Amino acid sequence: MSAISVSGLVKNFGQVRALDGLDLEVATGEVHGFLGPNGSGKTTTIRVLLGLIRQDAGAATLLEGDPWSEATELHRRLAYVPGDVTLWPNLTGGEVIDLLGRLRGGLDKSKKEKLLERFDLDPTKKGRTYSKGNRQKVALVAALSSDVELLVLDEPTAGLDPLMEAQFRACIEEDRNNGRTVLLASHILAEVEALCDRVSIIRKGKTVESGTLSELRHLTRTTISAELSSDPAPVASVPGVHDLRLHDHKVDFEVDSDRLDEVVRALAPLGVRSLVSHPPTLEELFLRHYEDEESPA
Amino acid sequence: MTTLAGTGKLIRLILRRERVRLSIWVAVLVVVPVFTATAFIDLYPDQASREALVATVASSPALTALLGPLYDSSIGGLTAWRAGTLGAFFVALMAILTMIRHTREEEETGRRELLGATVVGRHAPLMAALTVTIGAGVLVAALLMAGLAGVGLPLTGSLAYGLGYAGVAAVFAGVGAVAAQLTEASSTARGIGVGIAGVAFLLRMAGDSSGEATEWVAWLSPIGWFSRLRPFADEQWWVLLLWLGLSAVLVTTAALVASRRDVGAGALPPRPGPADAAPGLSSPLGLAWRLHRGSVMGWTVGLAVLGAVYGAAGDSIQGMLEGNPQLQEIFEQMGGAQGLTDTFFSAVVGIIALITAAYAIRAVLRLDVEEEAMRAEWVLATATPRFRFAASHLIFGLAVPVLILAVAGLVAGATYGAIVGDVGGQALRVLGAAMLQLPAVWILTGTAMALYGLAPKRVSLSWGVLVACLILGQLGQILRFPQWSLNLSPFTHIPVFGDDIDVLPLVVLIIVAGGLISAGLIGFRRRDVG
Repeated sequence: MSAISVSGLVKNFGQVRALDGLDLEVATGEVHGFLGPNGSGKTTTIRVLLGLIRQDAGAATLLEGDPWSEATELHRRLAYVPGDVTLWPNLTGGEVIDLLGRLRGGLDKSKKEKLLERFDLDPTKKGRTYSKGNRQKVALVAALSSDVELLVLDEPTAGLDPLMEAQFRACIEEDRNNGRTVLLASHILAEVEALCDRVSIIRKGKTVESGTLSELRHLTRTTISAELSSDPAPVASVPGVHDLRLHDHKVDFEVDSDRLDEVVRALAPLGVRSLVSHPPTLEELFLRHYEDEESPA
Repeated sequence: MTTLAGTGKLIRLILRRERVRLSIWVAVLVVVPVFTATAFIDLYPDQASREALVATVASSPALTALLGPLYDSSIGGLTAWRAGTLGAFFVALMAILTMIRHTREEEETGRRELLGATVVGRHAPLMAALTVTIGAGVLVAALLMAGLAGVGLPLTGSLAYGLGYAGVAAVFAGVGAVAAQLTEASSTARGIGVGIAGVAFLLRMAGDSSGEATEWVAWLSPIGWFSRLRPFADEQWWVLLLWLGLSAVLVTTAALVASRRDVGAGALPPRPGPADAAPGLSSPLGLAWRLHRGSVMGWTVGLAVLGAVYGAAGDSIQGMLEGNPQLQEIFEQMGGAQGLTDTFFSAVVGIIALITAAYAIRAVLRLDVEEEAMRAEWVLATATPRFRFAASHLIFGLAVPVLILAVAGLVAGATYGAIVGDVGGQALRVLGAAMLQLPAVWILTGTAMALYGLAPKRVSLSWGVLVACLILGQLGQILRFPQWSLNLSPFTHIPVFGDDIDVLPLVVLIIVAGGLISAGLIGFRRRDVG
């Protein structure tokens, strides 16, 4: 069962095509990382899902409802943290948290108190006096203290210090264990790597990768560093080897994951003194797609 | 002095940002007195007619309270009386608003911090804002001297008139500078500054209202000093020293406070608020009330004061007519003896209604402010239907004008009634006339709503529509605009309050307003937000 199901989403703003056939599938109960560089269409997708804007083509389903026509009913079941939090200058943080909870249909008072303590947030300050990080905390406490099925978070940790980021991760872990679904739009890769069951990477309004991290890794290259007793040059001729760098008897290269077997076979006769192999980090996955975009093929 | 490093660059930055706004202020402050002088030259060409006017004014405490004392029957003396004191109040507003925009507002938005990291001395922003603001006052003075002397008034009087405005600008630039140090919020600083200007004007009014016994009260007001400078009436030049001295004290105070506080902080510590929301803050309407309540009170009180001033002046209109048979004849042709007060108060409530319409537009466009600040999407991502969100602000644009017009009308009528000895009757008459304006105000409410719903990038056109109504209504007849163009303004169609009121135009206006509002609401439900 999907909490969010989006296919072929298209949205134009005048001449600019913000979404260009985007697909996104979020299963109920999973924490889904939604990755993409700035301006790739993450926020636009979220706005379609929240019924704030209407797509020009494609289909979107949210909690088995239509995000546009059933917006009000669906919004009772979700909480949203905007990417750019501005507070009302003359309302206190505590008032904003209560107000948003009530507008959503109620909030858990004791949970609010606990979260205020966890995030070390003073709820009696007026909106205009909070720093960026503290405004973000107000939005997070408002979202996390409500009893909803789905959290939609648009770069929720922007401006938080590392300590608070750790608190945020702990909160999301707990929510996952309680069966909540989370859509986490971010470009903080370490955060996504630590929290997300599955990720979707988008670029220029299109989904370019989607799956669990291990699936994505399997599809891509593994990095290998080896020190050999003889000349490593023969490795270069193995199909699937890329970015080979030689220094004397040391060699660094990347290899397509499905060619790993052949590479190991080619290395063995050359006398392996040390071998380090690591799967691509999310950052490498991400950069690979991003760089493709930068360099015109 | 290193604390002033970068002042020159900041001055250029402020001038660049202010080139339109400050130019308009300066132009209006110069043009109004010059036009007033030419109007007096046309209307009262001979000494005898001017003497008659002076005698009438002298017999009307209300008129003296409103405009200040009249010291001389020359054209210059009349100009300084008619345009001088009211103009001085607007000079004060210009100075305060300009100062706060370039000091506290810069700090509140964080732009000051951006500058503070460059080579900009601690006192440079304050000094730059002061230089520009006081410079604007001096420019007004120079242009006024040239303009007034240019239409044939004596040079010394023209110089005194201009320097009087420069003096007011210097003092209220200081008031703005101090107010900007006190609080973190620029809106509060603006409120404090404008409040002080209002108190200064009221002190002057109180002092001028009852002759020499209370004149010392008017001496407490830097706005009252303008009359005491006596432009065109044997100038008392030493009054200029009062402005200079007070301005120096205020600027020094502001600089001292500024050097003791942190950038971004106010001298008055921000008060903490409640950690939990009150029960009322649980709906879109509850939120809207929190956002609107301050301005609802401010506008209502402000327009009630204006109503009282006009109500008090109502009696002197009668007095002025008694001394002027020709004018009396004109007015009587317009509607008979009783019609006279009705005509006067119809004009008064017309002005009040235009100001109320400005409130209505502001209230509706709060929707746009919320959307621009991305707070609308936050609220709409909760279980708040779009209609309820839009209606929560729209309701203020519809209901508060009822309140404002009722209060201002009642106060104007009761004040006039207290003078002529018929409080109840006059209060109801003017209340009725004020209520008749509602449909025209709602047209502006509807215009703002329709633009917000259908063309959100063009919402500021609402202000253009209001200015068009203002020009058509206030100047259209004098400038002999064709009737069809006057008919474009909804205010043209409001009947004069009297025994038989033509209801049809009111009904049509209400239907049009309803159509505009519906179109706006439907448009908003269909369009993209954010």
